[in-house]
Amino acid sequence: MGEHGEVQAVLQRANGQVGSIQLEAQDVHLRFGGVVALAGVSLGVHQGEIAAIIGPNGAGKTSLLNAFSGLYPITSGRLLYDGHDVTRLKPHQIARLGVARTFQNIELFKGMSVLDNLMLGRHIHLKSGLLSSGLYWGAARREEVANREIIEDVIDFLEIEAIRKRTVGTLAYGLQKRVELGRALAMQPRLLLLDEPMAGMNAEEKEDMARFVLDIHEERNVTIVLIEHDMGVVMDISDHVAVLNFGRRIGYGTPDEVRRDPDVIQAYLGEETEPRKATLEPSAVDHAADPRARARG
Amino acid sequence: MCSAVAVKPTPGAPTRPQRRASWWESLRPRIGCGVYHSTYADDMALRTTTASRLRLVLVSVTAVMFPFVAGDYWVGEANRLYIAIIGALGLNILVGFTGQISIAQGAFMAVGGYTTAIMTVTLGLPFWLSLPCAGLTTAAIGAIFGVPSLRLKGLYLLIATLAAQVIVEWLILRMVWLTKGPNGIYGIKPPAFGPLEFSDRRAFYFLMLFFVVIAILFAANLFRTKIGRAFVAIRDQDIAASVAGVDVFKYKLLAFGVSSFYVGTAGALQAHDRLIVSPEYFNISVSIEYLGMIIIGGLGSISGAIYGAAFIRLLPTALSLMTGTLGLAGTNVGVLQQAVFGLAIVGFLIFEPHGIAKIWRDVKDYFKLWPFSY
Repeated sequence: MGEHGEVQAVLQRANGQVGSIQLEAQDVHLRFGGVVALAGVSLGVHQGEIAAIIGPNGAGKTSLLNAFSGLYPITSGRLLYDGHDVTRLKPHQIARLGVARTFQNIELFKGMSVLDNLMLGRHIHLKSGLLSSGLYWGAARREEVANREIIEDVIDFLEIEAIRKRTVGTLAYGLQKRVELGRALAMQPRLLLLDEPMAGMNAEEKEDMARFVLDIHEERNVTIVLIEHDMGVVMDISDHVAVLNFGRRIGYGTPDEVRRDPDVIQAYLGEETEPRKATLEPSAVDHAADPRARARG
Repeated sequence: MCSAVAVKPTPGAPTRPQRRASWWESLRPRIGCGVYHSTYADDMALRTTTASRLRLVLVSVTAVMFPFVAGDYWVGEANRLYIAIIGALGLNILVGFTGQISIAQGAFMAVGGYTTAIMTVTLGLPFWLSLPCAGLTTAAIGAIFGVPSLRLKGLYLLIATLAAQVIVEWLILRMVWLTKGPNGIYGIKPPAFGPLEFSDRRAFYFLMLFFVVIAILFAANLFRTKIGRAFVAIRDQDIAASVAGVDVFKYKLLAFGVSSFYVGTAGALQAHDRLIVSPEYFNISVSIEYLGMIIIGGLGSISGAIYGAAFIRLLPTALSLMTGTLGLAGTNVGVLQQAVFGLAIVGFLIFEPHGIAKIWRDVKDYFKLWPFSY
């Protein structure tokens, strides 16, 4: 099915329907010793879209995101950002290009306050050196105050005013997820990689998070790549969906195309024993994402 | 509990002249709650309440008045305490704030102490030049020994820094032409800036006070700005820090450098206090003693380094006073001190891992709403 997605992308670009490709993986392989995490994944994310990566557990979704952000040096293949080769760049260099991300298991600075966590997101925009910081004099002081105003906007946006001075480690899970999103937003990124932003949330919290993601996308004009297991959310908010299984991309297209893709259905539900008209409805896939359900299938 | 709230000024709204709360208002128990600020700059100040500013004034006045009322012995103790505070601050920057465990404190103090000793005694250079050189040399050597932190964490890094301790001690003993070997270098002069000499214990006290204040202020400012935040971020979650744009290796080396600058300065000041440097002043028990200071005082806290240094430095004196008054004058205070030191570390690790600094914070929190603290 790999060809299909490429053709789609080329066609759509030719029609001028979507922006140019902002992030691109070309035949990316990633191996840890004998374990193959990614076996030749190619994927393009267009400027200004919301792209989702889905797939069963262990399919290589997070590995792909980690490869994008420079955490895992890939074994072979190329990674392009705005057409530039970023394959060998380190995580902090990727961040400077305007790529921010959140993690599946919250990776906040637990001993720091919410404000400090967000201010760390401003790191790449701050310039003061060791001496002026230590003296808190002139430019360093002005810079801190000016950037405080920027993160206060993020705090307003995410509605976390009441907890801005709390130590992050003491916050509830849902709020920590929100603070982590805030830290990514404080970077004022052009591309946001979200690894399961709604994992472990109840319906209401998921709704809030989905609204934040859509608002970030629309108001701040940020391209978003997200990994998510909640098919309802994925099908509702994404422009394109890429499906990974066993380190390969088995499907790509709009949510509707992916939902009808026989390869995807097979990956999620297993082989059909008797012919049956199978369409992948959100509720059905919800169950399919559950590994136990998959084992039964 | 009420949390502090910063009021965000509405853009476009007519600005009213802001009335600052007068000092007595913030002293009396509040009916309304919280601390209010009308600008971000106010909210980001080091001392945000009048009560804490008042405490600072009290401490400052006490520190300045101290040598005029205290005896020679106590002024000498205070000098040693101030030097220990600078050293403990340095170690806490590395271990408590950046999370890079080091047991090379003694070695880094030795680098500072020997640098100033060689520069002033052997080469005859002035103190004002040798002191910053001692700090910078130690910073450079500290950064070199920080290179293993690229790959090593926790216990493994501890062993790597142990290598630094052993290597430096070995070099001091073997490079006799430079360090005079086991004899040490003596004849170091008290600090002097041209004709201005600090040979008197009380004059020396004010010089040390000056350095301590600078050291504390610099550290406090560092940890409310970019570089200090990056240090703490590396301690808490280095992967997330790198994804947020922090060059983790560079900042780890910077932490080793800044920390070692403090430690080297402390070593140099100690040399000008004792007027001699010799290997036994800088052995591994010094490293352990300083680790004890920051554990007892509070890891990752500036005031913690101060409390911890005070606890350890004043422990021998306090113990000999106690045994004296209890009529146990014959007791071996040295042994007793070791026992109390060990017990204190174990006790704090079990009962209050955040040290004296946390206890003091809890006390302040308790009295914030006193007598209605429920």
